[in-house]
Amino acid sequence: MTGPVVGFWAVAVVLLASSVAVVLTPNLFHSVLFLAVSLVATGLVFLFLHSPFLFGVQLLLYAGGVVVLVVFAIMLTERIVGQRITQSSHGMINGAIVSAALFVGIVGFLVQAGPMPPDRPMAGDATVALAQAFLGPYGVPFQLLGVLLVAALLGALYFARED
Amino acid sequence: MPGLFAYLVVAALLFVIGVFGVLTRRNAVGILLGIELMLNAVNINLVAFARLHGDPVGLLFAMFTIAITVAEVAVGLAIVIVIFRVRRTIDADRLDLLRG
Repeated sequence: MTGPVVGFWAVAVVLLASSVAVVLTPNLFHSVLFLAVSLVATGLVFLFLHSPFLFGVQLLLYAGGVVVLVVFAIMLTERIVGQRITQSSHGMINGAIVSAALFVGIVGFLVQAGPMPPDRPMAGDATVALAQAFLGPYGVPFQLLGVLLVAALLGALYFARED
Repeated sequence: MPGLFAYLVVAALLFVIGVFGVLTRRNAVGILLGIELMLNAVNINLVAFARLHGDPVGLLFAMFTIAITVAEVAVGLAIVIVIFRVRRTIDADRLDLLRG
């Protein structure tokens, strides 16, 4: 095995282990911290796919933004209740059965789909292609995304306002 | 560079871990975290297909997914906070106002 392959599997192990910790830890706050690890590991997978721009976006928006948001939500709700939030899980066996069946279904589909077409990796940094697509043929969806973000921001403010 | 199949299997595992979280967690924030994991798996798939099939549109789609997920989390957490204020709980089993 070559270096990148070994590195990829190391990152994959960290990613999957921290994801399992996210869904199994009883303490909700620890769960969010493991989610941060998992999101950074996903960003590293993007790096292995030669997409440094997406790695940056992942760090800024997910590991930065989403984790801070969730931590704030937990702190707010804990302050309201005034007690530590522990979370219980139930139906573990049923959940495990459904998840395992889903995994077998997905991998079975991949195997049954036959050999993958040969890889034709994109050359160089994809950031230029991404920028050209955003400012060219996908300009209108890009603007609509901005509208969506403003609407979500206003909606969140409206819901969470103090009155 | 590992092949496409490796990325797809890792993404599938991540996705089913997220499904497991959504199915078993009773805390609304915990369920949201499970959804995050599932969306991450989808992003890995999109980027892997884009890079290994030489088409930048997949990367574009992943960008859209990331931005929309952030919007979803913001609104979702705002709803969680409102529910908390009104009902004093975010246990999904006890939020049954709409049950017929």
